[in-house]
Amino acid sequence: MSDELRAQQEERLGRVWASPPGWRYWSAVNNTEVGRWYTATAFAFFLFAGVLALLVRAQLAVPENDLVPAGRYNQLFTLHGTAMMFLFAVPIFEAVAILLLPTMLAARDLPFPRLSAFGYWCFLIGGVFVCGSIFFNAAPDGGWFMYPPLTTNPKLTGIGADIWLLGLSFIEVASIAAAVELIVGVLKCRPPGMRINTMPLYCWYVLIVGGMILFAFPPLIAGDILFELQRLADWPFFDPARGGDPLLWQHLFWIFGHPEVYIVFLPSIALLAMMVPSFARRPIIGYSWIVLAAIGTGFLSFGLWVHHMFTTGLPAISLGFFSAASEAVAIPTGVQLFVFLATMLAGRMVMSVPMLFAAGSLAIFVCGGLTGVMVAIAPFDWQAHDSYFVVAHLHYTLGGGMLFPLFAGAYYYVPLVLGRPLSDRWGKRAFWLMFAGFNIAFLPMHFTGLRGMPRRVFTYPAGIGWDWLNLVSTCGAFLFAAGVLIFTIDLFIGVRRRAAAPANLWKSGTLEWVGPLPAPDYGIRSVPAVSSRYPLWDQPELPREVAEGRWYLPDAQEGKRETLVTSVLDAEPEQCLRVPGNSFLPMLCAVLIGASFIGTAFHYYWSSLAIGVAGILAIMVWLWRGTAVIPDADDKDIGRGLRLPLYVSGPRSVGWWAMFITMFGDMTAFASLVFGFFYFWTIHEVFPPRLADGSPMGPGLLWPAVAAVTLAASWGAMLWARERNAADSPLGLRLGLLAGMALGLASGGAMLWAPWQAGLDPVSHAYPATVWVLLGWAALHLLLGVLMQAYCLARSLASKLTRAYDIDIHNVVLYGHFATLTGAVTLAVTALFPLLS
Amino acid sequence: MVLRLRDRADLWTLLMPPTVWATHFLYCYVVAAVQCAKAGISLTAPEGGQAFAALGMVRPLVAAGTAVALLLIVIGARQAWRHTGGGFHDLPHDAATPEDRQRFLGYATLLLSALSFVSVIFIALPAFLIRDCR
Repeated sequence: MSDELRAQQEERLGRVWASPPGWRYWSAVNNTEVGRWYTATAFAFFLFAGVLALLVRAQLAVPENDLVPAGRYNQLFTLHGTAMMFLFAVPIFEAVAILLLPTMLAARDLPFPRLSAFGYWCFLIGGVFVCGSIFFNAAPDGGWFMYPPLTTNPKLTGIGADIWLLGLSFIEVASIAAAVELIVGVLKCRPPGMRINTMPLYCWYVLIVGGMILFAFPPLIAGDILFELQRLADWPFFDPARGGDPLLWQHLFWIFGHPEVYIVFLPSIALLAMMVPSFARRPIIGYSWIVLAAIGTGFLSFGLWVHHMFTTGLPAISLGFFSAASEAVAIPTGVQLFVFLATMLAGRMVMSVPMLFAAGSLAIFVCGGLTGVMVAIAPFDWQAHDSYFVVAHLHYTLGGGMLFPLFAGAYYYVPLVLGRPLSDRWGKRAFWLMFAGFNIAFLPMHFTGLRGMPRRVFTYPAGIGWDWLNLVSTCGAFLFAAGVLIFTIDLFIGVRRRAAAPANLWKSGTLEWVGPLPAPDYGIRSVPAVSSRYPLWDQPELPREVAEGRWYLPDAQEGKRETLVTSVLDAEPEQCLRVPGNSFLPMLCAVLIGASFIGTAFHYYWSSLAIGVAGILAIMVWLWRGTAVIPDADDKDIGRGLRLPLYVSGPRSVGWWAMFITMFGDMTAFASLVFGFFYFWTIHEVFPPRLADGSPMGPGLLWPAVAAVTLAASWGAMLWARERNAADSPLGLRLGLLAGMALGLASGGAMLWAPWQAGLDPVSHAYPATVWVLLGWAALHLLLGVLMQAYCLARSLASKLTRAYDIDIHNVVLYGHFATLTGAVTLAVTALFPLLS
Repeated sequence: MVLRLRDRADLWTLLMPPTVWATHFLYCYVVAAVQCAKAGISLTAPEGGQAFAALGMVRPLVAAGTAVALLLIVIGARQAWRHTGGGFHDLPHDAATPEDRQRFLGYATLLLSALSFVSVIFIALPAFLIRDCR
């Protein structure tokens, strides 16, 4: 290949992947741009939440302090916890993964760049909305886990609770979008030859954490729906006087909340799994053991949620199960730490600032883990519950398990992202300030807690043994903040003065370091085939070959953004995927959907509905213009004589996987609502409640039966439509879709008519409220299905959906399977279950 | 999906042992919750001199469920052992070959089986250490 051709290729690649200049820069969807915005925004929220923490510590520095009044103090600690967990800990995982994952996979981008951009704008809008509330004295003030009945009472908690619920629900949608993107990215966008046993450990962690998000976040969304319905419409899910139960919220919140701890812990530990081998100069010892640990932790973390509820009066045997699981999770967690230690001991360690933070994180995390084993034992927890001991414990686990590894990752990966390294000298100072400050702040809290200081009190009397411990904690907090400040200054100012970093400056073995620094907009010059876990160590010619464009996709002749799609297990090339380019549509959709959530918080229901509909239309336009685009040719030579198709549908396409994964999450939310129904059944002696004539309350049988029959027929019509399309009959496809839509609407209508005609009043009791929610959820899914079928119909009429180009119908039918299952289970629970009692 | 014996290891076979653990955990939780909530004996108004609702069928049900779960995990482990090629001689399974991919998945599944086995026993223990629904 001549130098001239090479330069032309680079010029074309650069032009295709460039971010637009001027104000249109904000339409960028490239993972490098979105990842940077995401990381910077999450870091800004971290600083914001940190300032809130400093205010909290300043108030607690001396007894009977009057720096912050009680009400404001409640807002401070609520927003501190909320912002740290929802606006920093989880989003920074998504941010870093969006930024780094494509580089590790030698992919040009993730499969759905506009979805990443949409997620980012949702996150920004929701985060600013939630955090901004404190400047209007309207911040949530019921604690970051929002327990009812305090927070369901509008007299005790103002608009802050609505801001929390709606703002965060909106952000959770962004998290799920990111999870879908990252899971599909890991499974389908690896370079050729990177089999499942040779992919970087970071990918394993991302895969597992993405899966965990799908099972953890939807229960909270379901809980948020119930909560908001109680606050806005007085449906009594959490009101014991009308058959509800505040504990249901605790269950739903912690089914989310505990896995969330591991959702933030695992990706940070994953950064250590990438850097420990680099600095030990040897492959990780026990790759399979890390996989075991990550999967094991991922699963076990779902059996821990009740350990936040040990003092709620659940039967001891239930506590026993959760206590046992809480102890068991120490096994896989410990395995990871031992793997790191073994790798460090077996290698030739090179000391560096990232490793300093890594070592500090292990020390802190082990302390947090040990107190974790203590509070996992129910009788000890009864003593320590809601005291500063728990505050100390949770900060040690999150600080050691998430924050310090993240700073280690920052020192390690900043050269990759910015092209220049952070300062070693200032890094060491920052580390020691942070490490010392952290321990000085949080170690004494164990003792303050054991001496009886409850969390969340805004002040305390002098002379009961808490004074000097609190003062020490406050000093430590400010010391820690000084370390963070040094890091921040170095990151935003100091780094600019430094010389550019050489390629692969840490002498790592993984693909993200293959190219020059800073990486160009298009990322990797050509996509190599790899044959090792550490290709840069084992394939010494690789960097040169990649840089010379000798591998796949070295060019962008058609002016389209392209990346490779490979098979799940063995990464065999399957498709040359064209990903959509820059657009303001994701931002517009996020603004519209965000405005509808925000309007709802302020009770502007009709305008919110109108804006929400506009948002859905905008999403339709986005899908119409940017997805399932029919290519100009069937296949393409991607280099080295390999021809790959440009259009793939069904289970081999990334869109199908995204739909499948999204609907998995959707089913988890639905399962949480069903859980709510059966939870009420267990706590009531008679459930459903009886009517005056002694018969059980319920939606009756006739209309649910109508709904069931039309549901089945609608599903059948959809299947028939897909079958007719495969037989190249556009007429059959369109008739099938029309029938599916009509039957779907009929079924959804019957589902809503059933409780209405039976006179079920959702305000009167938790039972009718739950029935309404379940049927409403199912009907909404059918309505969405109708919209999707209408979309397919329009695509067919526009000749964008044909026998050969059938992505849309496959994905919509896949959705249809899940919607039908949702409807069938809903009808069985609401209509048949009362017959059993 | 996960129970069918397979010649080829994949992500589903890898997830089988912890899925069995999760199902067993949920089962134990539901059995105990339903028994203790629905025992018909109010916790605050004991009958027949009994201070707390009895565990009733919880123990036999948990024992049966645990036996089934352990059996399934052993089946999964046996399959995983076959996938490893019947030994650990060629660790760390890091070659980019179909054989090493298969062995890696088998080995990781085997490790997960061990963790799941121990964890299932962990979860079952409270049913035999606690006497009633207190």
